[in-house]
Amino acid sequence: MKRNWNWPIFAGFVVAVGGLFSYEFFAQFPITRDFPWANLLLFASGAALLLVGLFRAFGRPQLYRGKIFGLILTAIALFLFGFFAYEIFYVLKQVPLSAQAPRIGEKAPEFSLPDQNSKQVALAELLSPNGTVLIFYRGHW
Amino acid sequence: MKVVGISVDSVEVNHGHTQKMHFTFPLLSDADASVVRRYDVLHRGFGPKGNDIARPAEFYVDANGMVQWVNLTENIAVRARPEQALAAIDSVKSGHRD
Repeated sequence: MKRNWNWPIFAGFVVAVGGLFSYEFFAQFPITRDFPWANLLLFASGAALLLVGLFRAFGRPQLYRGKIFGLILTAIALFLFGFFAYEIFYVLKQVPLSAQAPRIGEKAPEFSLPDQNSKQVALAELLSPNGTVLIFYRGHW
Repeated sequence: MKVVGISVDSVEVNHGHTQKMHFTFPLLSDADASVVRRYDVLHRGFGPKGNDIARPAEFYVDANGMVQWVNLTENIAVRARPEQALAAIDSVKSGHRD
Protein backbone atom coordinates (compact mmCIF):
# COMPACT_ATOMS: atom_id res chain seq x y z
CA MET A 1 0.00 0.00 0.00
CA LYS A 2 1.27 3.43 -0.89
CA ARG A 3 1.80 5.58 2.18
CA ASN A 4 0.65 9.19 2.42
CA TRP A 5 2.85 12.19 2.02
CA ASN A 6 3.60 13.56 5.48
CA TRP A 7 3.16 17.27 4.69
CA PRO A 8 3.46 18.71 8.25
CA ILE A 9 7.14 17.75 8.27
CA PHE A 10 7.86 19.84 5.18
CA ALA A 11 5.60 22.67 6.26
CA GLY A 12 7.19 22.73 9.71
CA PHE A 13 10.68 22.79 8.25
CA VAL A 14 9.84 25.64 5.85
CA VAL A 15 8.23 27.68 8.66
CA ALA A 16 11.26 27.11 10.92
CA VAL A 17 13.67 28.21 8.17
CA GLY A 18 11.41 31.25 7.71
CA GLY A 19 11.78 31.95 11.43
CA LEU A 20 15.51 32.40 10.92
CA PHE A 21 15.61 34.22 7.60
CA SER A 22 12.76 36.63 8.34
CA TYR A 23 14.87 38.23 11.07
CA GLU A 24 16.26 40.80 8.68
CA PHE A 25 12.71 41.80 7.77
CA PHE A 26 11.35 41.94 11.30
CA ALA A 27 14.45 43.77 12.57
CA GLN A 28 13.25 46.82 10.62
CA PHE A 29 10.48 47.43 13.13
CA PRO A 30 11.27 48.21 16.78
CA ILE A 31 8.29 46.19 18.00
CA THR A 32 9.57 42.96 16.43
CA ARG A 33 13.21 43.88 16.96
CA ASP A 34 13.43 44.77 20.67
CA PHE A 35 12.16 41.27 21.34
CA PRO A 36 12.02 38.86 18.36
CA TRP A 37 8.61 37.42 19.19
CA ALA A 38 7.59 37.18 15.53
CA ASN A 39 10.58 34.93 14.79
CA LEU A 40 10.02 32.90 17.94
CA LEU A 41 6.37 32.45 16.94
CA LEU A 42 7.48 31.12 13.55
CA PHE A 43 9.95 28.73 15.19
CA ALA A 44 7.24 27.53 17.58
CA SER A 45 4.78 26.97 14.73
CA GLY A 46 7.45 25.09 12.80
CA ALA A 47 8.19 22.93 15.84
CA ALA A 48 4.49 22.14 16.31
CA LEU A 49 4.13 21.07 12.67
CA LEU A 50 7.31 19.00 12.80
CA LEU A 51 6.03 17.28 15.95
CA VAL A 52 2.71 16.48 14.28
CA GLY A 53 4.63 15.04 11.33
CA LEU A 54 6.91 12.96 13.54
CA PHE A 55 3.97 11.63 15.55
CA ARG A 56 2.34 10.59 12.30
CA ALA A 57 5.51 8.97 10.95
CA PHE A 58 6.32 7.03 14.12
CA GLY A 59 2.77 6.49 15.40
CA ARG A 60 1.20 5.30 12.18
CA PRO A 61 4.13 4.24 9.97
CA GLN A 62 1.84 2.06 7.87
CA LEU A 63 -0.05 5.22 6.85
CA TYR A 64 2.60 7.95 6.77
CA ARG A 65 6.13 8.28 5.52
CA GLY A 66 8.81 10.43 7.04
CA LYS A 67 10.62 8.59 9.82
CA ILE A 68 14.04 9.33 8.41
CA PHE A 69 13.65 12.65 6.63
CA GLY A 70 11.39 13.78 9.47
CA LEU A 71 14.24 13.30 11.90
CA ILE A 72 16.77 14.89 9.57
CA LEU A 73 14.64 17.99 8.92
CA THR A 74 13.83 18.29 12.63
CA ALA A 75 17.53 18.13 13.48
CA ILE A 76 18.32 20.86 10.94
CA ALA A 77 15.46 23.01 12.26
CA LEU A 78 16.74 22.56 15.82
CA PHE A 79 20.23 23.56 14.72
CA LEU A 80 18.88 26.71 13.02
CA PHE A 81 16.92 27.59 16.14
CA GLY A 82 20.02 27.05 18.28
CA PHE A 83 21.98 29.39 16.03
CA PHE A 84 19.20 32.01 16.19
CA ALA A 85 18.92 31.80 19.97
CA TYR A 86 22.70 32.08 20.39
CA GLU A 87 22.88 35.16 18.18
CA ILE A 88 19.84 36.90 19.64
CA PHE A 89 20.12 36.02 23.31
CA TYR A 90 23.90 35.96 23.63
CA VAL A 91 25.84 37.71 20.85
CA LEU A 92 23.60 40.81 20.68
CA LYS A 93 24.08 41.33 24.40
CA GLN A 94 27.87 41.29 24.22
CA VAL A 95 28.15 45.07 24.33
CA PRO A 96 31.24 46.74 25.75
CA LEU A 97 31.06 48.16 29.27
CA SER A 98 31.85 51.73 28.19
CA ALA A 99 32.88 52.48 31.76
CA GLN A 100 34.79 55.60 30.63
CA ALA A 101 31.94 57.01 28.57
CA PRO A 102 31.01 60.58 29.50
CA ARG A 103 28.49 60.67 32.32
CA ILE A 104 25.71 63.02 33.28
CA GLY A 105 27.22 66.27 34.53
CA GLU A 106 30.52 65.78 32.72
CA LYS A 107 31.70 67.83 29.80
CA ALA A 108 31.27 66.07 26.46
CA PRO A 109 34.72 65.45 24.92
CA GLU A 110 35.55 67.92 22.15
CA PHE A 111 35.86 66.64 18.59
CA SER A 112 35.97 67.78 15.00
CA LEU A 113 34.83 65.47 12.20
CA PRO A 114 33.83 65.78 8.53
CA ASP A 115 30.11 65.75 7.80
CA GLN A 116 28.47 64.15 4.75
CA ASN A 117 29.57 67.11 2.62
CA SER A 118 33.21 66.87 3.77
CA LYS A 119 32.78 70.00 5.86
CA GLN A 120 34.73 69.82 9.11
CA VAL A 121 32.36 70.24 12.08
CA ALA A 122 33.41 70.72 15.71
CA LEU A 123 31.26 69.88 18.72
CA ALA A 124 31.31 73.56 19.74
CA GLU A 125 29.50 74.44 16.50
CA LEU A 126 26.87 71.77 17.13
CA LEU A 127 25.81 73.04 20.55
CA SER A 128 22.45 74.76 20.60
CA PRO A 129 20.28 76.52 23.20
CA ASN A 130 17.89 73.57 23.11
CA GLY A 131 20.64 71.01 23.38
CA THR A 132 22.11 68.48 20.99
CA VAL A 133 21.73 64.72 20.79
CA LEU A 134 24.89 62.89 19.73
CA ILE A 135 23.87 59.54 18.29
CA PHE A 136 26.63 57.01 17.88
CA TYR A 137 25.50 54.26 15.56
CA ARG A 138 27.02 51.14 14.13
CA GLY A 139 27.08 52.39 10.58
CA HIS A 140 25.25 51.64 7.41
CA TRP A 141 25.53 48.23 5.76
CA MET B 1 17.21 70.63 19.54
CA LYS B 2 19.92 69.44 17.22
CA VAL B 3 20.54 65.85 16.19
CA VAL B 4 23.94 64.58 15.05
CA GLY B 5 24.86 61.08 13.89
CA ILE B 6 28.38 59.69 14.31
CA SER B 7 29.69 56.41 12.89
CA VAL B 8 32.88 54.98 11.40
CA ASP B 9 31.35 55.15 7.90
CA SER B 10 33.23 57.18 5.28
CA VAL B 11 32.10 60.62 4.10
CA GLU B 12 31.06 58.99 0.79
CA VAL B 13 28.83 56.42 2.49
CA ASN B 14 27.31 59.13 4.69
CA HIS B 15 26.73 61.36 1.67
CA GLY B 16 24.91 58.58 -0.19
CA HIS B 17 22.90 57.59 2.84
CA THR B 18 21.84 61.19 3.53
CA GLN B 19 20.68 61.64 -0.05
CA LYS B 20 18.75 58.39 -0.02
CA MET B 21 17.07 58.96 3.34
CA HIS B 22 16.66 62.77 2.92
CA PHE B 23 18.30 63.40 6.29
CA THR B 24 18.58 67.05 7.21
CA PHE B 25 20.95 66.58 10.14
CA PRO B 26 24.72 66.11 9.99
CA LEU B 27 26.20 62.62 9.76
CA LEU B 28 29.79 62.75 10.91
CA SER B 29 32.44 60.38 9.67
CA ASP B 30 34.80 59.06 12.35
CA ALA B 31 36.65 56.75 10.00
CA ASP B 32 39.52 55.94 12.40
CA ALA B 33 37.09 55.64 15.34
CA SER B 34 39.14 58.16 17.35
CA VAL B 35 36.07 60.04 18.62
CA VAL B 36 34.24 56.75 19.20
CA ARG B 37 37.21 55.75 21.39
CA ARG B 38 37.25 59.10 23.18
CA TYR B 39 33.61 58.51 24.16
CA ASP B 40 34.45 54.90 25.09
CA VAL B 41 31.71 53.50 22.87
CA LEU B 42 33.98 51.35 20.69
CA HIS B 43 32.75 47.87 19.85
CA ARG B 44 35.82 45.91 18.81
CA GLY B 45 35.47 43.59 15.84
CA PHE B 46 31.69 43.89 15.59
CA GLY B 47 31.55 45.53 12.18
CA PRO B 48 30.41 43.68 9.06
CA LYS B 49 34.03 42.83 8.20
CA GLY B 50 35.17 42.30 11.75
CA ASN B 51 36.21 45.94 11.95
CA ASP B 52 35.85 48.20 14.98
CA ILE B 53 32.61 50.15 15.05
CA ALA B 54 30.58 52.22 17.50
CA ARG B 55 28.08 50.56 19.78
CA PRO B 56 24.66 52.24 19.70
CA ALA B 57 24.79 55.12 22.19
CA GLU B 58 23.07 58.47 22.66
CA PHE B 59 24.31 61.52 24.56
CA TYR B 60 22.21 64.61 25.14
CA VAL B 61 24.45 67.63 25.56
CA ASP B 62 23.27 71.06 26.71
CA ALA B 63 24.23 74.46 25.28
CA ASN B 64 27.41 74.48 27.41
CA GLY B 65 28.55 71.08 26.22
CA MET B 66 27.60 69.33 29.45
CA VAL B 67 26.18 65.81 29.22
CA GLN B 68 22.61 65.76 30.54
CA TRP B 69 21.37 62.33 29.49
CA VAL B 70 23.10 59.13 28.37
CA ASN B 71 21.60 56.02 26.86
CA LEU B 72 23.83 52.95 26.50
CA THR B 73 21.81 49.97 25.34
CA GLU B 74 22.55 46.55 26.81
CA ASN B 75 21.37 44.83 23.65
CA ILE B 76 22.48 45.90 20.19
CA ALA B 77 19.03 45.17 18.79
CA VAL B 78 17.32 47.44 21.33
CA ARG B 79 17.76 51.11 20.45
CA ALA B 80 16.42 54.25 22.02
CA ARG B 81 13.11 55.02 20.36
CA PRO B 82 12.59 58.65 19.37
CA GLU B 83 9.64 59.10 21.75
CA GLN B 84 11.59 57.58 24.67
CA ALA B 85 14.59 59.78 24.01
CA LEU B 86 12.42 62.88 23.68
CA ALA B 87 10.54 62.07 26.89
CA ALA B 88 13.81 61.54 28.77
CA ILE B 89 15.28 64.76 27.40
CA ASP B 90 12.11 66.69 28.20
CA SER B 91 12.24 65.53 31.80
CA VAL B 92 15.91 66.53 32.04
CA LYS B 93 15.17 69.96 30.61
CA SER B 94 12.29 70.58 32.98
CA GLY B 95 14.54 69.62 35.88
CA HIS B 96 13.02 66.44 37.29
CA ARG B 97 15.17 63.51 36.50
CA ASP B 98 13.99 59.97 36.92
